[in-house]
Amino acid sequence: MRGIIASGAYIPHRRLDRSEIAALFGKGGGRGTRSVASFDEDTTTMGAEAARNALRDAGDATVDALWFATSTPAYLEKTNAAAIHAALRLEPSVGALDMGGALRSGIGTIRTALQGGATTLVVSSDIRDGMATSADESAGGDGAAALIIGDDTAGTLIAEYVGSGVATDEFLERWRVPGAERSRVWEERFGEVTYAPLMKDAFAAALADAGIDADQVDHLAVAGLHARAIKRGGKTFGAAAEKMVDDLSGTVGNTGTAHAGLLLAATLEQAEPGQTIAVVMLADGVEVIILRTTDAIADYTSSAPVAAQAAAGAPVSYGKFLSWRGMVAVEPPNRPAPQRTSASAAYRKSDWKFGFVGTRDRSSGMIHMPPARVSQKGGAVDDMEQVPMADTVGMIASFTVDKLVYSPSPPVVFAVVDFQGGGRAPLELTDVDPDEVEIGGRVEPTFRRLSTSDEIHNYFWKVRPVRGEPNEQSPPAREES
Amino acid sequence: MGSHGIKDQVAIIGMGCTPFLEHWDKSLDDLIIDAAHSTYASAGIAQEDIDAFWFGTSQSAASGLALAGPLKIQGKPVTRVENYCATGSEAMRNAAYAVASGAYDVVMALGAEKVKDGGYQGLNAFPIPTDGTQRTLTAAAMFSLILPSYSQKYGVDRDELRYTVAKIAEKNHFNGARNPLAQFRRETSAEQICEMAAVAGELSVFDCAGVADGAAAVIMCRAEDAHKYCPNPLYIKALSFVAGTGAGSLDPDYDYTALLESKWAADDAYAQAGVTDPKIEIAMAEVHDCFTPTELVLMEDLGFSDPGAAWQDVLDGAFQLDGRLPVNTDGGLKSFGHPVGASGLRMLYEVWLQLRGEAPEDRRISETDRNLGLTHNLGGYPGEMVSFVGIYGPELG
Repeated sequence: MRGIIASGAYIPHRRLDRSEIAALFGKGGGRGTRSVASFDEDTTTMGAEAARNALRDAGDATVDALWFATSTPAYLEKTNAAAIHAALRLEPSVGALDMGGALRSGIGTIRTALQGGATTLVVSSDIRDGMATSADESAGGDGAAALIIGDDTAGTLIAEYVGSGVATDEFLERWRVPGAERSRVWEERFGEVTYAPLMKDAFAAALADAGIDADQVDHLAVAGLHARAIKRGGKTFGAAAEKMVDDLSGTVGNTGTAHAGLLLAATLEQAEPGQTIAVVMLADGVEVIILRTTDAIADYTSSAPVAAQAAAGAPVSYGKFLSWRGMVAVEPPNRPAPQRTSASAAYRKSDWKFGFVGTRDRSSGMIHMPPARVSQKGGAVDDMEQVPMADTVGMIASFTVDKLVYSPSPPVVFAVVDFQGGGRAPLELTDVDPDEVEIGGRVEPTFRRLSTSDEIHNYFWKVRPVRGEPNEQSPPAREES
Repeated sequence: MGSHGIKDQVAIIGMGCTPFLEHWDKSLDDLIIDAAHSTYASAGIAQEDIDAFWFGTSQSAASGLALAGPLKIQGKPVTRVENYCATGSEAMRNAAYAVASGAYDVVMALGAEKVKDGGYQGLNAFPIPTDGTQRTLTAAAMFSLILPSYSQKYGVDRDELRYTVAKIAEKNHFNGARNPLAQFRRETSAEQICEMAAVAGELSVFDCAGVADGAAAVIMCRAEDAHKYCPNPLYIKALSFVAGTGAGSLDPDYDYTALLESKWAADDAYAQAGVTDPKIEIAMAEVHDCFTPTELVLMEDLGFSDPGAAWQDVLDGAFQLDGRLPVNTDGGLKSFGHPVGASGLRMLYEVWLQLRGEAPEDRRISETDRNLGLTHNLGGYPGEMVSFVGIYGPELG
């Protein structure tokens, strides 16, 4: 038996109220909110966060491969999955592949993993842009999803793969050339009409493959960028159409490549044992995946549920959104921009930079962040063990707000963080408003892109406030050593 | 093993200091030449009489060539010194040791910095290739960490503490207004400063040192030779230096209410000089007031106030010109700006003037039976800094 061992999602903290768009331009926008990746996030960092959430809920399962799908990669040629691999501290023997470019690669990697053999961490992530006032701008959303897919021998399955259907066709409906700031679309009616038979064929094929009828589908999740085609598909899905799940358009928006995974993760969180889930994605054809939840799903609790993430968040002004997206150039502080990161220096410190791994002196027990060879306490030399810190909660020892220093989005909110169980590091706070910071506040590490200089992205960790009660699923604090 | 110091072995026989300004019309070479030649004149000697040179600059130039070239020093050793914002003091310290060792008869230490050619506000670190994980905060923000921590530790109301550090700026601007070499010569009240917009933590621009170009220099010889050159030399009583391990950034025990490297340097300096109670033995001090909270906690680290009492002492006016222990009588970094390599020697220049009765009357310290002056110069940030303390007096013994 093969299926899903765990799911995870990541929805960035910020929300744009769509009504702000028309308030500024007199047109565009709409109702509800969309999620907005912070200035220090990209598809790689969001993918890493979603993957961390999935791995946290995966029990003892270990993955053999990492696949990463996005239409907005941080790098071309360079494998973005390798940075996620490093942030997750996966073994070198775990393969890491980018499945980039097309929106369809999101659901395609999920289906391929379900039909494959290895325990595969499938991550999809997207940042959805559009020209100011465009439908893409307001309907889009940023986010990532991660699924751990494997055999029941690799881990406890929460959903079993029961079938799929595919219909591929070549037609010009939505496209974007590399480097372009926006996507283009053909006349909407053309796509609507062209998708209709493809949906019908793929859905019928999937039902046949699974050996079920439409009325046996308990949850229908439909993703795709063509809203009218999806709406028209209601007829195609027959009895299943009434089981359509919330597409998150009112809160998160359409996360493109990530959306099929995101809707599946959301559905798994709500599903009862023995239910059938159909996931559909419209993109240059149609892909359909059918899963059936197992009894184990009754005991499965996501540590960061999609519903909770979608309901959380804080507003970002439209002006800030436009500046984060590079649509409006805002004057930076009159300070030098960061220099580019040294490749060789970064490689030597890869465990720290990507994995947030410190070292603990075996004799004194003191944790050193960054890793050190000589102990601050007692001076022992080369007697350190690695200490992963990425899942450790910290407390703000002191903090400040720096309006002078260069930042892609001033001001910099900065804290000296003392971690539970030992270890201190001065770190930037993110997803925070300066007036909510206080000494003693609880924070958790999050993987971010600090800056980009000379076309080199500088990835490292920041901390963000722990919002809400400490989660039972999060790892216990390490003992004081 | 031990830190023995060189008390009364080395004398200061001449000093010079340029105005600290935005010297748009002067190059680093100009500043060096001005400082050097005013110092030769002060000591009454020629450049040829100096046996060895130490040149302190943080980022304006590299190597001894930067001093030998503009001054046309022929066939002499010139050592370039860099030690963050304590660079000027460090150049002087090493030059003094060369005299004490007997290696040279007469030496000069010159510190200079040309900051204003960079095109950015403030001081900016020299780029060294890194892994990209280093903190990139401004120094202002790093030192602003002191205030919330101090407030919490000693139960001082945040607004009252903010006003207290503004009083430090008020005092230093009062003194600087009476100094023709200072960059800022206008008095400013604590109330005005408190009304300004915060730029780093609670700090406004007026809680920060200015940014200026400048140079200063000192000529030293063996104590026994001092009167050959100068009727009223100063004698070095102590020179102390501590480089921290950066512990404050990794050790949760550090609480951002003290600058430990400065405390350790002060303790060592007092031991070298035989000072047992700085509160009543030090006549005046020039300290590194890069930001107002720095001077606040330094009063405790240098032993001028009891722990947790500096804020009250500041409000009581203890460190004003007419206070019990005048601090930064020349206006400090606050009024002078901070040309990194020059600042430590600028501090010493004020001690040179005050202890020898040459400070202008409107900022001269009161006559007391105390005759020791202290300079404190630091570089880095709370929890990870280098720190210098020097003590000087006009009499041997």
